[in-house]
Amino acid sequence: MSVRTALTVPRLRRLDPLGALLAGAGAVAAVFLPFVVLKSNRIVPGDPRGLLDALPAWGALGCQAVLICAAIAALGVSNARVRLGAALLGVAAVALAVAAAGDALTPAGNKVVRVAPGAGFWVLLMCLGLMATDAVTRMRPGPGLRVLFLALSIAVAGLALAHGTFDHLSVMREYAVNADRFAREARQHVWLALGSLAAAVLVALPIGILCHRVPRLRSGVLGTLNVIQTIPAIALFGILMVPLAALAAAVPLAAALGIRGIGAAPAAVALFLYSLLPIAANTVAGLKRVPRAAVEAARGMGMTSWQILTGIELILALPVILTGIRIVLVQNIGMVTVAALIGGGGLGTFVFQGIGQTAIDLVLLGAIPIVALAFSAAVVLDALAEVLDRARQ
Amino acid sequence: MISVENLSKQYGATTVVDGVSMVIERNSITVIVGTSGSGKSTLLRMINRLIEPTRGRVLIDGHDTTGEPAHLLRRRIGYAIQGHGLFPHRTVAENIATVPRLLGWDEARIRARVEELLLVFQLDPGAYAGAFPHQLSGGQQQRVGVARALAAEPAVLLMDEPFGALDPIIRAKAQDDLLDIQRRFGTTIVLVTHDMDEAFRLGDHVAVMSHGRLLQYDRPAVLLTRPADPFVSRMTGVSDRAMRLLSLTTAGEAALPGVSEGPAVAAAASLREVLSELLWRGADSAVVMDADGTRRGYLTIAAILERGRPG
Repeated sequence: MSVRTALTVPRLRRLDPLGALLAGAGAVAAVFLPFVVLKSNRIVPGDPRGLLDALPAWGALGCQAVLICAAIAALGVSNARVRLGAALLGVAAVALAVAAAGDALTPAGNKVVRVAPGAGFWVLLMCLGLMATDAVTRMRPGPGLRVLFLALSIAVAGLALAHGTFDHLSVMREYAVNADRFAREARQHVWLALGSLAAAVLVALPIGILCHRVPRLRSGVLGTLNVIQTIPAIALFGILMVPLAALAAAVPLAAALGIRGIGAAPAAVALFLYSLLPIAANTVAGLKRVPRAAVEAARGMGMTSWQILTGIELILALPVILTGIRIVLVQNIGMVTVAALIGGGGLGTFVFQGIGQTAIDLVLLGAIPIVALAFSAAVVLDALAEVLDRARQ
Repeated sequence: MISVENLSKQYGATTVVDGVSMVIERNSITVIVGTSGSGKSTLLRMINRLIEPTRGRVLIDGHDTTGEPAHLLRRRIGYAIQGHGLFPHRTVAENIATVPRLLGWDEARIRARVEELLLVFQLDPGAYAGAFPHQLSGGQQQRVGVARALAAEPAVLLMDEPFGALDPIIRAKAQDDLLDIQRRFGTTIVLVTHDMDEAFRLGDHVAVMSHGRLLQYDRPAVLLTRPADPFVSRMTGVSDRAMRLLSLTTAGEAALPGVSEGPAVAAAASLREVLSELLWRGADSAVVMDADGTRRGYLTIAAILERGRPG
């Protein structure tokens, strides 16, 4: 009895619980869900195809072999590097398979037929992506290495897109039609997110410093900013339309600068308001963790208030303030999407257009870059905050 | 010389320091001692105007300090605190260079001064100049804190419970180092502590404070033999005051001329230590030797006991 448990327990323990969940979900997706959907045009419901129906036999079997290897790694391998390698191979396999399915299912010269990635593809991609993220987390890479991972991933994806690997897939078909608008809206998206962030930093940093210096102000000011956070974005746009329209009507200069009740102006103002709380609150939290003895010693040695603020307090608070900026940037990149509803532009334009036309491919053309942007911003700013924190503990 | 003239500090109706006047001698160590809430730290911090007095004034070498911008005054006065207060994001060398940078010294002079101080405080410049404070031990951090306070060669050094966070063995070493530093640079040191042993060990003069008032300010031996107030005798301790008195005199100072039998003791040892040594060995007399090995004279138990009586 005791011998048998001794034999079986380590085995069971070696079965990775997350890996089991991912492998199970992936297997169900690969067998039961359509890998791609073939549509005769962009808005009609499509015809689901499994991996074997979509690809030549050798391609389908090759892809399945890689997926089985990844599943085995997910279940039984504890070495994080091997798990990461298997997951990335899996991602490459499903990406190439879906591209090949696009090529294989599109009749030559036909620009009306759409081959869209199916639910099976997305679930597999998600499982493999989670497996890769989990493996990276287990490896505890330093901030530099994480940014390098990100840069490599962007480079590989960019090369594949530039090479035209996915040109026969539906999202890229939508891109081909909208290419010049896509560049313009992407720029507008980044501009709105970064511009409102920069303005918020300029205003919220002094607010945070003031709240730190004058504790009586703290609860009132942060409470007010907190209330702004609770207003839904679309309601805030509505609330801002009235005063901005009135401003434009009363002040010709404001109108000449492009300030109107709808468009980019209310969107930028709303994003700015949403950005204030995280930055101000993190500034207060960051300043609070500056050692009191260091500030006391600085004063005792004859540093002026300004020298203490800029040379000691803000620098020691910077990692925490950067965490606030990271929250705001990721939040803004997501929230700019809604700005499209009031004519603010940005990648949300494609999302809402796609919803209006029930063209899911157009929705994805807007949504995928937004997710990629937000993810990249989070990785880069996290790494920056960690580098600064490490140097100044 | 620092003249404190009728200095008071009030917060609303509470008087924290109440009409303190004292003259602090140049090139000496003055220790302000008192229980917590006695106003000793407030008094110290009014000297460099970290706290502005409600009434009274402080003169340094005859100049009234109220006329000068406070941050410029503080750059002339060294300041070291409990828990060192080193800047965690700056290296040891950068920390020490703080005040010289504020004063606009050129880089070569700063570098030379930092190196000199690191050597004085027994920290190898090659190993420690580029280190960050969190990489040092508690005793090393404290030494860097004092080195930083001395960096711009201040004539006056204020220390607010500088050794309070150290364990007893490191604290004793830090106290010895401070006596050496004072002798080497001739700095006028004003130190605040709640530890009477520390006050007696370091202070040329000791000021006893209670409830904002200065009760007595004199040489340590006078505090023991002629306490001005029952609180002062409670602070200095009644049960072991004879031993405390013996600890204030060195064997070299008390040595009698002539030759005697007995174990050799160092001239720098206190009479308390010599007495303890004689009791331990069962001897009646000891030979006092200088550091270079020459005979200074001798001491007997009777002569030592004579020194343990007041008057």
